[in-house]
Amino acid sequence: MSEVKFSKEHEWISLEGDVATIGITKHATEMLGDIVFVELPEKGSNVEKDGTAGVVESTKAASDVYTPLSGEVMDTNQAIVDDPSKINEDPEGSAWFFKLKIKDNSELDSLMNREEYEKFSKENSS
Amino acid sequence: MRINMETKKTSLNNLHQRNQAKFVEFAGYEMPIQYSKGIIEEHKFTRKHSGIFDVSHMGQLFIYGGENLTIELEKIFPLDLKNLKQNSSKYSFLMNEEAGIYDDLIITKIEEGYLIILNAACKENDFQILSKLLGGNFKMILENERALVALQGPRSVEILNSVLSGVEKLNFMTGKWIDFKNQRLFVTRSGYTGEDGFEISILNNFAEEFTQKLIDKGAQLIGLGARDTLRLEAGLCLYGHELDINKTPIEANLKWAISKERLSNGGFVGSEKIMNQIQGGTSQIRVGIKPEGRLIAREKTKIFKETDKQIGEITSGTFGPSINGPIAMGYVDKEFSKIDTKILLEVRGKKYPANICELPFYKKNYVKGVN
Repeated sequence: MSEVKFSKEHEWISLEGDVATIGITKHATEMLGDIVFVELPEKGSNVEKDGTAGVVESTKAASDVYTPLSGEVMDTNQAIVDDPSKINEDPEGSAWFFKLKIKDNSELDSLMNREEYEKFSKENSS
Repeated sequence: MRINMETKKTSLNNLHQRNQAKFVEFAGYEMPIQYSKGIIEEHKFTRKHSGIFDVSHMGQLFIYGGENLTIELEKIFPLDLKNLKQNSSKYSFLMNEEAGIYDDLIITKIEEGYLIILNAACKENDFQILSKLLGGNFKMILENERALVALQGPRSVEILNSVLSGVEKLNFMTGKWIDFKNQRLFVTRSGYTGEDGFEISILNNFAEEFTQKLIDKGAQLIGLGARDTLRLEAGLCLYGHELDINKTPIEANLKWAISKERLSNGGFVGSEKIMNQIQGGTSQIRVGIKPEGRLIAREKTKIFKETDKQIGEITSGTFGPSINGPIAMGYVDKEFSKIDTKILLEVRGKKYPANICELPFYKKNYVKGVN
Protein backbone atom coordinates (compact mmCIF):
# COMPACT_ATOMS: atom_id res chain seq x y z
CA MET A 1 0.00 0.00 0.00
CA SER A 2 1.24 3.42 -0.88
CA GLU A 3 0.98 6.12 1.73
CA VAL A 4 -1.71 8.77 1.24
CA LYS A 5 -0.64 12.40 1.60
CA PHE A 6 -2.74 15.54 1.94
CA SER A 7 -2.54 19.17 0.85
CA LYS A 8 -3.77 22.32 2.58
CA GLU A 9 -6.27 22.78 -0.27
CA HIS A 10 -7.97 19.54 0.82
CA GLU A 11 -6.64 17.25 -1.91
CA TRP A 12 -5.40 13.75 -1.20
CA ILE A 13 -2.45 12.24 -3.09
CA SER A 14 -1.68 8.56 -3.40
CA LEU A 15 1.71 7.81 -4.94
CA GLU A 16 2.72 4.65 -6.83
CA GLY A 17 6.14 4.92 -8.44
CA ASP A 18 6.12 8.29 -10.18
CA VAL A 19 2.33 8.33 -10.72
CA ALA A 20 0.22 10.29 -8.25
CA THR A 21 -3.55 9.75 -7.99
CA ILE A 22 -5.27 12.91 -6.75
CA GLY A 23 -8.74 13.57 -5.40
CA ILE A 24 -10.49 15.75 -2.83
CA THR A 25 -10.88 14.77 0.82
CA LYS A 26 -13.99 13.63 2.66
CA HIS A 27 -13.65 16.73 4.82
CA ALA A 28 -13.80 18.88 1.65
CA THR A 29 -16.95 17.15 0.39
CA GLU A 30 -18.61 17.66 3.77
CA MET A 31 -17.93 21.37 3.55
CA LEU A 32 -19.05 21.60 -0.10
CA GLY A 33 -22.31 19.69 0.25
CA ASP A 34 -23.87 17.86 -2.71
CA ILE A 35 -21.54 17.97 -5.70
CA VAL A 36 -23.35 18.39 -9.00
CA PHE A 37 -20.66 19.28 -11.54
CA VAL A 38 -16.98 18.57 -12.00
CA GLU A 39 -14.45 19.69 -14.59
CA LEU A 40 -11.10 17.90 -14.87
CA PRO A 41 -7.82 18.82 -16.59
CA GLU A 42 -7.23 17.50 -20.10
CA LYS A 43 -5.38 14.27 -20.55
CA GLY A 44 -1.86 14.95 -21.76
CA SER A 45 -1.80 18.51 -20.42
CA ASN A 46 0.84 19.72 -18.00
CA VAL A 47 -0.16 21.19 -14.65
CA GLU A 48 1.95 23.19 -12.23
CA LYS A 49 1.99 22.77 -8.45
CA ASP A 50 -0.66 25.00 -6.79
CA GLY A 51 -2.23 25.82 -10.18
CA THR A 52 -5.90 25.16 -10.90
CA ALA A 53 -6.63 21.72 -12.27
CA GLY A 54 -10.39 21.60 -12.35
CA VAL A 55 -13.60 22.84 -10.82
CA VAL A 56 -16.09 21.33 -8.43
CA GLU A 57 -19.56 22.77 -8.14
CA SER A 58 -21.87 21.91 -5.31
CA THR A 59 -25.45 23.03 -4.91
CA LYS A 60 -24.00 26.02 -3.06
CA ALA A 61 -21.01 27.29 -5.04
CA ALA A 62 -18.18 26.68 -7.48
CA SER A 63 -14.72 25.85 -6.09
CA ASP A 64 -11.41 25.47 -7.89
CA VAL A 65 -9.43 22.27 -7.55
CA TYR A 66 -5.68 22.83 -7.19
CA THR A 67 -2.99 20.37 -8.03
CA PRO A 68 -0.58 19.88 -5.12
CA LEU A 69 2.09 18.54 -7.51
CA SER A 70 3.44 19.40 -10.98
CA GLY A 71 3.30 16.89 -13.79
CA GLU A 72 1.62 15.50 -16.88
CA VAL A 73 -2.01 14.40 -16.65
CA MET A 74 -1.96 10.67 -17.48
CA ASP A 75 -5.63 9.89 -16.86
CA THR A 76 -8.87 11.46 -15.62
CA ASN A 77 -11.90 9.86 -13.99
CA GLN A 78 -14.79 10.09 -16.48
CA ALA A 79 -17.12 8.31 -14.01
CA ILE A 80 -17.25 11.37 -11.71
CA VAL A 81 -17.86 13.70 -14.66
CA ASP A 82 -20.85 11.57 -15.68
CA ASP A 83 -22.14 11.28 -12.12
CA PRO A 84 -20.65 13.89 -9.76
CA SER A 85 -22.63 12.54 -6.78
CA LYS A 86 -20.06 9.71 -6.68
CA ILE A 87 -17.64 12.24 -5.18
CA ASN A 88 -19.85 12.61 -2.11
CA GLU A 89 -20.25 8.84 -1.85
CA ASP A 90 -16.61 7.76 -2.02
CA PRO A 91 -14.33 10.80 -2.13
CA GLU A 92 -11.15 9.10 -1.01
CA GLY A 93 -11.65 5.91 -3.04
CA SER A 94 -13.32 5.35 -6.42
CA ALA A 95 -13.98 9.08 -6.94
CA TRP A 96 -10.39 10.09 -7.68
CA PHE A 97 -9.99 13.09 -9.99
CA PHE A 98 -6.83 12.64 -12.07
CA LYS A 99 -3.50 10.81 -12.26
CA LEU A 100 -0.25 12.70 -12.71
CA LYS A 101 3.16 11.61 -13.84
CA ILE A 102 5.10 13.71 -11.35
CA LYS A 103 8.12 15.79 -12.23
CA ASP A 104 9.72 16.73 -8.97
CA ASN A 105 9.79 14.43 -5.96
CA SER A 106 10.79 17.28 -3.65
CA GLU A 107 7.29 18.74 -4.02
CA LEU A 108 6.08 15.85 -1.88
CA ASP A 109 7.92 17.27 1.12
CA SER A 110 5.36 19.99 1.75
CA LEU A 111 2.45 17.53 1.95
CA MET A 112 0.90 16.30 5.21
CA ASN A 113 0.25 12.80 6.48
CA ARG A 114 -3.27 11.84 7.61
CA GLU A 115 -2.73 12.76 11.23
CA GLU A 116 -1.34 16.18 10.33
CA TYR A 117 -4.15 16.79 7.85
CA GLU A 118 -6.85 15.88 10.33
CA LYS A 119 -5.38 18.30 12.84
CA PHE A 120 -5.09 20.95 10.11
CA SER A 121 -8.67 20.57 8.88
CA LYS A 122 -10.07 20.63 12.41
CA GLU A 123 -8.24 23.89 13.12
CA ASN A 124 -9.26 25.44 9.80
CA SER A 125 -12.92 24.54 9.59
CA SER A 126 -15.37 27.06 10.87
CA MET B 1 -27.02 55.75 20.49
CA ARG B 2 -26.70 52.02 20.59
CA ILE B 3 -26.03 50.20 17.34
CA ASN B 4 -27.26 46.67 17.24
CA MET B 5 -25.40 44.59 14.67
CA GLU B 6 -26.61 41.25 15.96
CA THR B 7 -28.36 38.95 13.53
CA LYS B 8 -31.97 38.36 14.38
CA LYS B 9 -33.27 34.91 15.20
CA THR B 10 -36.69 33.51 14.42
CA SER B 11 -38.76 31.76 17.06
CA LEU B 12 -37.78 28.43 15.49
CA ASN B 13 -34.03 28.95 15.95
CA ASN B 14 -33.71 26.39 18.78
CA LEU B 15 -35.63 23.85 16.73
CA HIS B 16 -33.25 24.40 13.81
CA GLN B 17 -30.25 23.91 16.08
CA ARG B 18 -31.63 20.68 17.51
CA ASN B 19 -32.05 19.45 13.92
CA GLN B 20 -28.39 20.10 12.99
CA ALA B 21 -29.07 23.12 10.82
CA LYS B 22 -26.19 24.86 9.10
CA PHE B 23 -26.90 28.56 9.36
CA VAL B 24 -26.32 31.52 7.06
CA GLU B 25 -27.14 35.15 7.49
CA PHE B 26 -30.01 36.14 5.24
CA ALA B 27 -31.51 39.65 5.27
CA GLY B 28 -30.21 40.18 8.81
CA TYR B 29 -31.56 36.88 10.14
CA GLU B 30 -29.74 33.71 11.11
CA MET B 31 -31.49 31.19 8.87
CA PRO B 32 -30.94 27.48 8.13
CA ILE B 33 -29.36 26.94 4.70
CA GLN B 34 -29.65 23.17 5.11
CA TYR B 35 -29.93 20.39 7.68
CA SER B 36 -27.93 17.18 7.97
CA LYS B 37 -29.27 15.45 4.84
CA GLY B 38 -28.25 18.17 2.42
CA ILE B 39 -29.93 20.24 -0.25
CA ILE B 40 -30.63 17.51 -2.82
CA GLU B 41 -32.28 15.13 -0.32
CA GLU B 42 -34.28 18.01 1.17
CA HIS B 43 -35.41 19.12 -2.29
CA LYS B 44 -36.52 15.62 -3.30
CA PHE B 45 -38.27 15.04 0.02
CA THR B 46 -40.35 18.18 -0.52
CA ARG B 47 -41.38 17.08 -4.04
CA LYS B 48 -42.35 13.60 -2.85
CA HIS B 49 -43.53 14.14 0.71
CA SER B 50 -43.80 17.32 2.78
CA GLY B 51 -41.19 19.91 3.72
CA ILE B 52 -41.35 22.54 6.48
CA PHE B 53 -39.78 25.94 5.80
CA ASP B 54 -39.24 28.61 8.43
CA VAL B 55 -40.08 31.81 6.56
CA SER B 56 -40.59 33.90 9.69
CA HIS B 57 -38.07 36.42 8.40
CA MET B 58 -40.59 37.50 5.78
CA GLY B 59 -42.78 40.50 6.51
CA GLN B 60 -46.38 40.04 7.58
CA LEU B 61 -48.02 43.39 7.11
CA PHE B 62 -51.58 43.79 8.34
CA ILE B 63 -53.40 46.89 7.07
CA TYR B 64 -56.76 47.54 8.67
CA GLY B 65 -59.61 49.21 6.86
CA GLY B 66 -62.74 48.80 4.76
CA GLU B 67 -63.80 49.98 1.32
CA ASN B 68 -61.74 53.15 1.58
CA LEU B 69 -58.64 51.06 2.05
CA THR B 70 -59.50 49.00 -1.03
CA ILE B 71 -59.81 52.21 -3.05
CA GLU B 72 -56.46 53.50 -1.79
CA LEU B 73 -54.67 50.19 -2.38
CA GLU B 74 -55.94 50.09 -5.96
CA LYS B 75 -53.98 53.32 -6.51
CA ILE B 76 -50.86 51.36 -5.51
CA PHE B 77 -51.26 47.81 -6.74
CA PRO B 78 -52.18 46.68 -10.30
CA LEU B 79 -55.01 44.54 -8.94
CA ASP B 80 -58.78 44.48 -9.12
CA LEU B 81 -59.14 44.52 -5.34
CA LYS B 82 -62.79 45.63 -5.44
CA ASN B 83 -63.73 42.32 -6.97
CA LEU B 84 -61.28 40.24 -4.96
CA LYS B 85 -63.22 37.92 -2.68
CA GLN B 86 -62.53 37.95 1.04
CA ASN B 87 -59.87 35.32 1.89
CA SER B 88 -58.50 35.29 -1.68
CA SER B 89 -54.84 36.04 -2.40
CA LYS B 90 -53.05 37.63 -5.36
CA TYR B 91 -49.40 37.86 -6.35
CA SER B 92 -48.41 41.46 -6.99
CA PHE B 93 -45.70 44.14 -6.83
CA LEU B 94 -44.94 47.36 -5.06
CA MET B 95 -43.58 49.65 -7.80
CA ASN B 96 -42.23 53.15 -8.30
CA GLU B 97 -43.56 55.56 -10.94
CA GLU B 98 -41.23 53.99 -13.51
CA ALA B 99 -42.75 50.56 -12.72
CA GLY B 100 -39.44 49.50 -11.13
CA ILE B 101 -40.11 46.83 -8.54
CA TYR B 102 -39.53 47.64 -4.85
CA ASP B 103 -40.79 44.20 -3.89
CA ASP B 104 -42.95 41.32 -5.01
CA LEU B 105 -45.60 40.17 -2.58
CA ILE B 106 -48.75 38.20 -1.87
CA ILE B 107 -51.77 40.19 -0.79
CA THR B 108 -54.82 38.58 0.81
CA LYS B 109 -58.13 40.27 1.49
CA ILE B 110 -59.12 39.46 5.07
CA GLU B 111 -62.08 40.42 7.21
CA GLU B 112 -60.19 43.26 8.88
CA GLY B 113 -58.50 44.59 5.76
CA TYR B 114 -55.49 43.13 4.00
CA LEU B 115 -52.53 40.91 4.87
CA ILE B 116 -49.45 41.43 2.70
CA ILE B 117 -46.49 39.02 2.78
CA LEU B 118 -43.24 40.83 1.94
CA ASN B 119 -39.65 39.82 1.32
CA ALA B 120 -37.43 39.94 4.40
CA ALA B 121 -34.85 42.27 2.89
CA CYS B 122 -37.50 44.69 1.61
CA LYS B 123 -40.10 44.74 4.37
CA GLU B 124 -38.94 47.81 6.31
CA ASN B 125 -38.62 49.87 3.14
CA ASP B 126 -41.99 48.61 1.87
CA PHE B 127 -43.56 49.70 5.15
CA GLN B 128 -42.17 53.21 4.75
CA ILE B 129 -43.33 53.48 1.15
CA LEU B 130 -46.81 52.17 1.88
CA SER B 131 -47.17 54.39 4.97
CA LYS B 132 -46.38 57.40 2.84
CA LEU B 133 -48.69 56.38 0.00
CA LEU B 134 -51.57 55.67 2.39
CA GLY B 135 -50.97 58.96 4.19
CA GLY B 136 -51.31 57.58 7.72
CA ASN B 137 -55.03 57.05 7.28
CA PHE B 138 -55.01 53.34 8.05
CA LYS B 139 -53.62 51.30 10.90
CA MET B 140 -50.63 49.29 9.67
CA ILE B 141 -48.81 46.62 11.64
CA LEU B 142 -45.63 44.96 10.42
CA GLU B 143 -45.86 41.93 12.69
CA ASN B 144 -42.96 40.84 14.82
CA GLU B 145 -44.97 38.64 17.13
CA ARG B 146 -45.92 36.08 14.52
CA ALA B 147 -43.82 33.37 12.92
CA LEU B 148 -44.51 32.17 9.36
CA VAL B 149 -44.17 28.47 8.59
CA ALA B 150 -44.57 27.02 5.09
CA LEU B 151 -45.49 23.39 4.54
CA GLN B 152 -44.89 22.29 0.95
CA GLY B 153 -45.29 19.08 -1.02
CA PRO B 154 -47.95 16.52 -1.94
CA ARG B 155 -48.40 15.12 1.58
CA SER B 156 -48.77 18.56 3.18
CA VAL B 157 -52.56 18.63 2.98
CA GLU B 158 -53.00 15.40 4.88
CA ILE B 159 -50.36 16.32 7.47
CA LEU B 160 -51.67 19.82 8.11
CA ASN B 161 -55.29 18.66 8.12
CA SER B 162 -54.51 16.23 10.93
CA VAL B 163 -53.31 19.20 13.03
CA LEU B 164 -55.68 21.89 11.73
CA SER B 165 -58.86 20.27 10.58
CA GLY B 166 -60.47 21.92 7.56
CA VAL B 167 -57.44 23.16 5.63
CA GLU B 168 -58.13 20.55 2.94
CA LYS B 169 -61.08 22.69 1.87
CA LEU B 170 -58.92 25.67 0.94
CA ASN B 171 -58.28 26.30 -2.76
CA PHE B 172 -54.84 27.41 -3.94
CA MET B 173 -54.36 31.16 -3.34
CA THR B 174 -57.02 31.39 -0.66
CA GLY B 175 -56.69 31.54 3.11
CA LYS B 176 -58.56 31.86 6.38
CA TRP B 177 -58.27 32.24 10.15
CA ILE B 178 -58.28 28.90 11.95
CA ASP B 179 -58.43 28.35 15.72
CA PHE B 180 -55.58 26.45 17.36
CA LYS B 181 -55.34 26.20 21.16
CA ASN B 182 -57.21 29.38 22.00
CA GLN B 183 -55.46 31.48 19.39
CA ARG B 184 -55.94 32.25 15.74
CA LEU B 185 -53.67 31.11 12.94
CA PHE B 186 -53.92 32.59 9.47
CA VAL B 187 -53.50 29.77 6.96
CA THR B 188 -53.17 30.26 3.20
CA ARG B 189 -52.87 27.57 0.57
CA SER B 190 -49.86 28.89 -1.29
CA GLY B 191 -46.13 28.52 -1.57
CA TYR B 192 -42.90 28.99 -3.40
CA THR B 193 -41.89 25.50 -4.51
CA GLY B 194 -44.24 24.59 -7.35
CA GLU B 195 -45.99 22.15 -5.02
CA ASP B 196 -49.29 22.16 -3.25
CA GLY B 197 -48.83 23.58 0.23
CA PHE B 198 -49.67 26.06 2.94
CA GLU B 199 -48.26 29.02 4.80
CA ILE B 200 -49.22 29.35 8.44
CA SER B 201 -48.96 32.58 10.44
CA ILE B 202 -48.71 31.74 14.14
CA LEU B 203 -47.73 33.57 17.34
CA ASN B 204 -44.02 33.16 18.12
CA ASN B 205 -44.72 31.46 21.46
CA PHE B 206 -46.59 28.62 19.78
CA ALA B 207 -44.49 28.26 16.64
CA GLU B 208 -42.03 25.64 17.89
CA GLU B 209 -44.70 23.40 19.42
CA PHE B 210 -46.78 23.66 16.25
CA THR B 211 -43.84 22.92 13.95
CA GLN B 212 -42.79 19.95 16.09
CA LYS B 213 -46.30 18.54 15.58
CA LEU B 214 -45.78 18.71 11.81
CA ILE B 215 -42.44 16.90 12.22
CA ASP B 216 -44.11 14.23 14.39
CA LYS B 217 -46.62 13.67 11.57
CA GLY B 218 -43.81 12.98 9.09
CA ALA B 219 -42.88 16.35 7.59
CA GLN B 220 -39.20 17.39 7.63
CA LEU B 221 -37.41 20.70 8.06
CA ILE B 222 -36.01 22.10 4.79
CA GLY B 223 -33.43 24.89 4.49
CA LEU B 224 -33.10 27.93 2.28
CA GLY B 225 -30.78 26.02 -0.08
CA ALA B 226 -33.53 23.66 -1.22
CA ARG B 227 -36.07 26.50 -1.13
CA ASP B 228 -33.97 28.13 -3.85
CA THR B 229 -33.63 25.03 -6.06
CA LEU B 230 -37.36 24.29 -5.65
CA ARG B 231 -38.47 27.80 -6.63
CA LEU B 232 -36.08 27.92 -9.55
CA GLU B 233 -37.38 24.61 -10.94
CA ALA B 234 -40.87 26.09 -10.58
CA GLY B 235 -39.75 29.14 -12.61
CA LEU B 236 -40.54 31.54 -9.73
CA CYS B 237 -38.73 34.85 -9.35
CA LEU B 238 -36.52 35.75 -6.40
CA TYR B 239 -36.32 39.40 -5.43
CA GLY B 240 -32.78 40.76 -5.79
CA HIS B 241 -32.14 38.30 -8.63
CA GLU B 242 -34.91 38.23 -11.26
CA LEU B 243 -36.59 41.32 -9.82
CA ASP B 244 -35.24 44.65 -8.63
CA ILE B 245 -35.85 48.38 -8.80
CA ASN B 246 -34.46 48.54 -12.37
CA LYS B 247 -36.85 45.91 -13.75
CA THR B 248 -40.55 46.12 -14.47
CA PRO B 249 -43.18 43.37 -14.25
CA ILE B 250 -43.46 43.42 -18.06
CA GLU B 251 -39.71 42.88 -18.51
CA ALA B 252 -39.95 40.13 -15.88
CA ASN B 253 -42.59 38.42 -18.04
CA LEU B 254 -45.13 38.71 -15.22
CA LYS B 255 -47.88 40.51 -17.15
CA TRP B 256 -50.26 37.73 -16.02
CA ALA B 257 -50.08 39.13 -12.48
CA ILE B 258 -51.59 42.47 -13.55
CA SER B 259 -55.38 42.41 -13.45
CA LYS B 260 -56.90 42.86 -16.92
CA GLU B 261 -59.48 45.22 -15.44
CA ARG B 262 -56.66 47.57 -14.45
CA LEU B 263 -54.85 47.56 -17.79
CA SER B 264 -57.51 49.60 -19.59
CA ASN B 265 -57.77 52.46 -17.10
CA GLY B 266 -54.48 52.43 -15.23
CA GLY B 267 -54.47 54.66 -12.18
CA PHE B 268 -51.92 52.71 -10.15
CA VAL B 269 -48.32 53.66 -9.42
CA GLY B 270 -46.28 52.81 -12.52
CA SER B 271 -49.32 52.24 -14.76
CA GLU B 272 -48.16 54.57 -17.51
CA LYS B 273 -44.86 52.77 -17.94
CA ILE B 274 -46.59 49.40 -17.80
CA MET B 275 -49.03 50.36 -20.56
CA ASN B 276 -46.26 51.82 -22.69
CA GLN B 277 -44.28 48.62 -22.39
CA ILE B 278 -47.29 46.44 -23.18
CA GLN B 279 -47.86 48.44 -26.37
CA GLY B 280 -44.30 49.18 -27.38
CA GLY B 281 -42.55 46.13 -25.98
CA THR B 282 -39.41 45.97 -23.87
CA SER B 283 -35.83 45.61 -25.00
CA GLN B 284 -35.15 42.65 -22.68
CA ILE B 285 -37.30 39.95 -21.15
CA ARG B 286 -36.95 37.20 -18.53
CA VAL B 287 -36.54 33.69 -19.93
CA GLY B 288 -35.78 30.14 -18.83
CA ILE B 289 -32.36 28.79 -19.83
CA LYS B 290 -31.19 25.20 -20.01
CA PRO B 291 -27.43 24.69 -20.37
CA GLU B 292 -26.45 21.65 -22.45
CA GLY B 293 -24.63 18.98 -20.47
CA ARG B 294 -24.08 19.41 -16.76
CA LEU B 295 -22.46 22.84 -16.65
CA ILE B 296 -23.90 25.19 -14.05
CA ALA B 297 -24.15 28.83 -15.06
CA ARG B 298 -24.68 30.98 -12.01
CA GLU B 299 -25.93 34.51 -11.44
CA LYS B 300 -24.14 37.21 -13.51
CA THR B 301 -23.04 34.72 -16.19
CA LYS B 302 -22.94 36.59 -19.49
CA ILE B 303 -25.17 35.34 -22.29
CA PHE B 304 -23.98 35.54 -25.92
CA LYS B 305 -25.41 34.92 -29.36
CA GLU B 306 -22.67 33.54 -31.60
CA THR B 307 -19.34 34.41 -30.06
CA ASP B 308 -18.99 38.09 -29.48
CA LYS B 309 -22.46 39.55 -29.20
CA GLN B 310 -23.60 39.77 -25.58
CA ILE B 311 -27.39 39.56 -25.41
CA GLY B 312 -28.05 39.25 -21.69
CA GLU B 313 -27.16 37.94 -18.27
CA ILE B 314 -28.21 35.14 -15.96
CA THR B 315 -30.03 36.14 -12.76
CA SER B 316 -30.26 32.70 -11.07
CA GLY B 317 -28.61 29.42 -11.97
CA THR B 318 -28.27 26.15 -10.16
CA PHE B 319 -28.56 22.39 -10.38
CA GLY B 320 -32.19 21.24 -10.42
CA PRO B 321 -32.39 18.02 -8.40
CA SER B 322 -35.79 16.97 -9.85
CA ILE B 323 -34.68 17.87 -13.38
CA ASN B 324 -31.34 16.17 -12.68
CA GLY B 325 -29.52 18.86 -14.58
CA PRO B 326 -28.56 22.52 -14.62
CA ILE B 327 -31.25 25.21 -14.93
CA ALA B 328 -31.21 28.99 -15.01
CA MET B 329 -33.23 32.12 -15.55
CA GLY B 330 -32.04 35.40 -16.96
CA TYR B 331 -32.76 38.39 -19.14
CA VAL B 332 -32.04 38.43 -22.89
CA ASP B 333 -32.70 40.87 -25.72
CA LYS B 334 -36.27 40.29 -26.87
CA GLU B 335 -35.31 39.12 -30.38
CA PHE B 336 -33.45 36.16 -28.84
CA SER B 337 -36.12 35.19 -26.31
CA LYS B 338 -38.00 32.59 -28.42
CA ILE B 339 -38.13 29.05 -27.05
CA ASP B 340 -35.31 26.85 -28.46
CA THR B 341 -33.09 29.78 -29.41
CA LYS B 342 -29.49 28.62 -29.16
CA ILE B 343 -27.31 30.80 -26.96
CA LEU B 344 -23.83 30.67 -25.40
CA LEU B 345 -22.96 31.09 -21.72
CA GLU B 346 -19.55 32.37 -20.66
CA VAL B 347 -18.34 30.39 -17.65
CA ARG B 348 -14.75 30.67 -16.39
CA GLY B 349 -13.69 32.30 -19.64
CA LYS B 350 -15.11 29.67 -21.98
CA LYS B 351 -18.41 29.70 -23.89
CA TYR B 352 -20.81 26.79 -23.55
CA PRO B 353 -24.03 26.07 -25.51
CA ALA B 354 -27.47 26.47 -23.93
CA ASN B 355 -31.07 26.90 -25.06
CA ILE B 356 -33.87 29.26 -24.20
CA CYS B 357 -36.62 27.09 -22.78
CA GLU B 358 -40.13 27.17 -21.43
CA LEU B 359 -40.86 27.91 -17.78
CA PRO B 360 -41.45 26.26 -15.41
CA PHE B 361 -38.78 23.58 -15.60
CA TYR B 362 -40.88 21.52 -13.24
CA LYS B 363 -44.64 21.34 -13.79
CA LYS B 364 -46.78 22.18 -10.82
CA ASN B 365 -50.09 20.73 -9.70
CA TYR B 366 -51.94 23.28 -7.63
CA VAL B 367 -55.26 22.41 -6.05
CA LYS B 368 -58.30 24.13 -7.50
CA GLY B 369 -62.01 23.59 -7.11
CA VAL B 370 -62.04 21.62 -3.85
CA ASN B 371 -64.44 24.18 -2.45
